Amino acid sequence: MAAVTSLGESSLTAPAKGRRGMQAGRRRRLNLFRYLVFTAFGLFFILPLLATARFSLEGSQLGTWSVAAWKQIVSYPGPPPLLSSVEITLELAVITSGVVLVLLVPTMIWIQLRVQWIGRVFEFLCLLPLTIPAIVLVVGLAPIYNFIRHYQLSALQLFWAYVILALPYAYRALSAGLGAMDVTTLSEAARSLGANWFTVIVRVIAPNMRQAILNAMLLTSALVLGEFTIAYLLLYNNLQVNLYFISRATPNAAVIFSTSLGALIFAFVLLLILSYVGRRRARG
Amino acid sequence: MAVATTTETGARPVRAGRRLSLPAWVGTVPFLGYVGVFLLLPTGIVLFHAFQNQSGGFSLSGLKVLGDSTVRGFFVGSAELAAVTSVIGAVLGAILAYAVASGNPDGVVRRLYLAASGVLAQFGGVTLAFAFLATVGPTGLLLHASWFYDFPQGIGLIYVYFQIPLMVLVFMPAIDGLKVQWREACENLGGSAWQYWLHVGGPLLAPAFLGATLLLFANGLSAFATIWAWENQIAYTVPQQISIALSSEVGLANANESAVLALGMVIMVVIVMTGYVLLQRRAARWLR
Repeated sequence: MAAVTSLGESSLTAPAKGRRGMQAGRRRRLNLFRYLVFTAFGLFFILPLLATARFSLEGSQLGTWSVAAWKQIVSYPGPPPLLSSVEITLELAVITSGVVLVLLVPTMIWIQLRVQWIGRVFEFLCLLPLTIPAIVLVVGLAPIYNFIRHYQLSALQLFWAYVILALPYAYRALSAGLGAMDVTTLSEAARSLGANWFTVIVRVIAPNMRQAILNAMLLTSALVLGEFTIAYLLLYNNLQVNLYFISRATPNAAVIFSTSLGALIFAFVLLLILSYVGRRRARG
Repeated sequence: MAVATTTETGARPVRAGRRLSLPAWVGTVPFLGYVGVFLLLPTGIVLFHAFQNQSGGFSLSGLKVLGDSTVRGFFVGSAELAAVTSVIGAVLGAILAYAVASGNPDGVVRRLYLAASGVLAQFGGVTLAFAFLATVGPTGLLLHASWFYDFPQGIGLIYVYFQIPLMVLVFMPAIDGLKVQWREACENLGGSAWQYWLHVGGPLLAPAFLGATLLLFANGLSAFATIWAWENQIAYTVPQQISIALSSEVGLANANESAVLALGMVIMVVIVMTGYVLLQRRAARWLR
């Protein structure tokens, strides 16, 4: 868009000068506005994080500094030990991303290729969790999880519910990727070369949406890392639930600040990676 | 769509011989089965329990809970908190979104703000309650706010902290959709910046803005982790009360209270989200 504007200006020199002057004034005002806004919002967003960082570095005496709380992330006794719930949460992130992909990617490609009439229902179902808050879902999930607990007690079972929470976000990421290529032509080409549907989906189309798949995985992982409601109310112990209980037992325990800040930074890095991945896709 | 049908018919001869009996929609069965068990079934269970009496028969008596003045208070509290934080979040978030969008679309600032928004909007939960405890809580670093545990201002401040980033994420596409040509056309006709926003930009963004505000409202209604980590003794909102009801439900008088409360929440969220979808559709007419 900027290119079009500057082209127009060079062809008509006289009016362009006037407009450039006007735009320069506007740009200066706009920049002033932007710096003011960034400073104000930046302060609002960074202060609580800085305070968290300071609390995480609090020594045994008030006002002293120490990295003990960061070391405690691996050694905090619990029960259950903090490290074990970190592990469970990371495992849940991996399992949930995997199940989301296995469930969504082939289905979405299949719908696009063969059963487009089901597409609207599919989209509705994928976005439905946005209108059913986790706190409501958990009321209905409780009896189902009572049943699951008869067979398996591990907190890893939470992935069943987490897949549902992640559906809308994963769906959006994947459908953007699917929309960016010509699925029909690719599959026709593969089919006419003798590929079966499995090969078309797994070896032709899925590799073409690598970036979208990565996006969906990162979003799902970030969601699982921060999940509290369902785990807490179904009486499972994940990272956030453990932090909550530590904070109840020992208010202002430095370890809750170091761990939650660590998790926050981890999620931030995941999403920052995602933004760079997205750019590469847009260019390529 | 026409092309896809061609594929289908073109593909038929290859497959037809071997898997005659399976129609194509069978491929969606695993997905439908999963969603049926873990999304539709729980929703059905909530509805079922909400319309059940003590002995298990169908009745509307459970819904009487909604008429109770204490329970109505939870709904009012939820609506109040969601309304205040969604309006503040929407206005401030829109300003921030505009500032971010008017910069380099590939720049570091935009990247940082969007990634941070993604984290803070969806990741918040318990962590945010801790962060504000450290900042303005009773032993906070910035100030010892006496109103930290007051409703709604204390929790409202924390909610605004995740409502603004959500607004940035939802509203950014709308601002990106404003074409430079519209602004130039307005300037060429002698319009000032003020006139541009009043007659062109404002009306164009209005549906998207209102829609996003509704989404924030729904988000404020359904948030649980933050408010529970902030205060788990006194219930001000429906989610808090659902949690209390769920954990003390066994054998009590109103055994299905959590389901009835949940049903009330679903109704509220569905109304709000319907408005959101309609406004989004209206906004999409120009901003694409």
